[in-house]
Amino acid sequence: MPWVSLVIITVMVLGAMLAPLIAPHSPTEQSLPDKLRPPAWEAGGSTRHLLGTDVLGRDVLSRLIYGARVSLIVAAVALLAGGGIGLMVGIVSGYLGGRVDSFLMRVVDATLTFPTILIALLLAVSLGQGLQTIAIAITVLIWARFARVVRGEVLGVKARDFVALARVHGCSHLRIMAVHIVPNVLNTFMVLLTLHIGFVIIVEASLSFLGAGIPPPTPSWGQMVADGRSHIASAWWLSVVPGAAIMLVVLAFNLFGDWLRDWLDPRLRQV
Amino acid sequence: MQRFILRRLAQSVLLLFVLALIIFALARVSGNPADLLLREDATQEDRAHLLRVLGLDRPVHEQLYLFLSGAVRGDLGESIRYRKPATEVFFERLPNTLQLLPLAMVGALVVAIPLGVLAAVYRGTIVDRISGAVAVVGLATPSFWLGIVLIYVFSIKLGLLPSSRMGGPSHYVLPAITLGLFLVAGMMRLVRSSLLEVMGSEFVKLARLKGLSQTVVIWKHCLRNALIPVTTLFGVYFALLITGAIVTETVFAWPGVGRLTYEAVIFRDYPLLQAVILLKAIIVLGVNLGVDIVYAYLDPRVRYA
Repeated sequence: MPWVSLVIITVMVLGAMLAPLIAPHSPTEQSLPDKLRPPAWEAGGSTRHLLGTDVLGRDVLSRLIYGARVSLIVAAVALLAGGGIGLMVGIVSGYLGGRVDSFLMRVVDATLTFPTILIALLLAVSLGQGLQTIAIAITVLIWARFARVVRGEVLGVKARDFVALARVHGCSHLRIMAVHIVPNVLNTFMVLLTLHIGFVIIVEASLSFLGAGIPPPTPSWGQMVADGRSHIASAWWLSVVPGAAIMLVVLAFNLFGDWLRDWLDPRLRQV
Repeated sequence: MQRFILRRLAQSVLLLFVLALIIFALARVSGNPADLLLREDATQEDRAHLLRVLGLDRPVHEQLYLFLSGAVRGDLGESIRYRKPATEVFFERLPNTLQLLPLAMVGALVVAIPLGVLAAVYRGTIVDRISGAVAVVGLATPSFWLGIVLIYVFSIKLGLLPSSRMGGPSHYVLPAITLGLFLVAGMMRLVRSSLLEVMGSEFVKLARLKGLSQTVVIWKHCLRNALIPVTTLFGVYFALLITGAIVTETVFAWPGVGRLTYEAVIFRDYPLLQAVILLKAIIVLGVNLGVDIVYAYLDPRVRYA
């Protein structure tokens, strides 16, 4: 078991859920006399603000804790939507085969070769920033990856005897897909979900950094890095701390995903 | 061969057409596109005037025709911020990005190939583990943050390198590293796995039986074959660099098309953004098409696949 990863993930999830209870300050409350306080271990820092304060005197630690919520909510919504669509497309494509399959796989290929992040930026500008927009944008970005891998799995499952047997028993195609195929690709699907959490968190942070994520004042890690950028010379912690948090969490999710893959579904190694 | 090229060309054009439709539709689902263009203090007359000028008071199918025929002629509207045709702004900035991309690409190859080779040759040893760790950490590092950290360390603390804008050769170092590292992790893993595959093949055994040294076998016989998948992915890497450049150029205030994309988002300059996206898509699809044609020419198996 990757214990270190699990600890990091647990701390993040608990922190995000219990944010109002454990955050030492409000994430949005400004206090100009306290602005740009360094972290506690630097000269001039105090334990009142463990990770220092930003330009508006907001507590960095509290913003970090609340920011974890944004990362996790966006990851959850986007993965469920994008992964769900990918799962359905993959199953239909692999199971039905023929023209449907070659059409759907063309679309998947086109989506994969295309720089979809541009579409995400376009969505943010035309639909306006918000949770919904960013979830749609990331869905567009990831569904094709899921569809392709799931389809590959379905091709293998479809050829097995129990599917033919179900057909002989008079099951409809829809029933076979829902009742017999889905449970058999679920392991693969779970592994794909875990392996994509880190990717989605980075995409969300990048979009927030570019001003196309969840709008302020809701704190998000990418936006915190962006806000600290112009103060890097005088207040390094504003950018470095949230960026390090992103890196640590993504690393934890990726290592956990690798472990889960080796445990549940070693054949996916090439993916 | 001609049929192959025609088919791939048709696919690319179709993809661009779909993209143009998406852009057209997105500007309209959220309300009238004129509202994306108007300033907040615009009067009702301004709005009516703009609607007439842009043809937005006509039926949807006529608007679509206007938009598509404009796009084909290279007219993608006027940038709100620069008050110039959006395509013109894009092509003014493009050379700056094109200076950065090859540096990042070469830099990434120079780091990724040796690391990948070492990892494969010393498979399972500490060397393999270290390069694996580098790849894992590299994949988890957001490049916008890496750029800022590099600026902090090398420009602010050590005062060695400039932190932003274009200039002499030293200005290229940090942006090229930031953009290139974006690719290293993936490339390295690919080199490692494809080299491992090649190392198990018959001709390598023969080369060893002939008494060739380890260095010659690995670097000459194996690596050449192992690099095929890396070069096939050139189009993919190019697309990654084009999108990676948005963040990198933003961090380093590099006046290229990546930074231009960011400006279009920040200033809500919709005509500029749609032009940037369509033109980038054309470039990426064009490069991919070129790569595919070259491979089809070199390797007949691709043509009939």
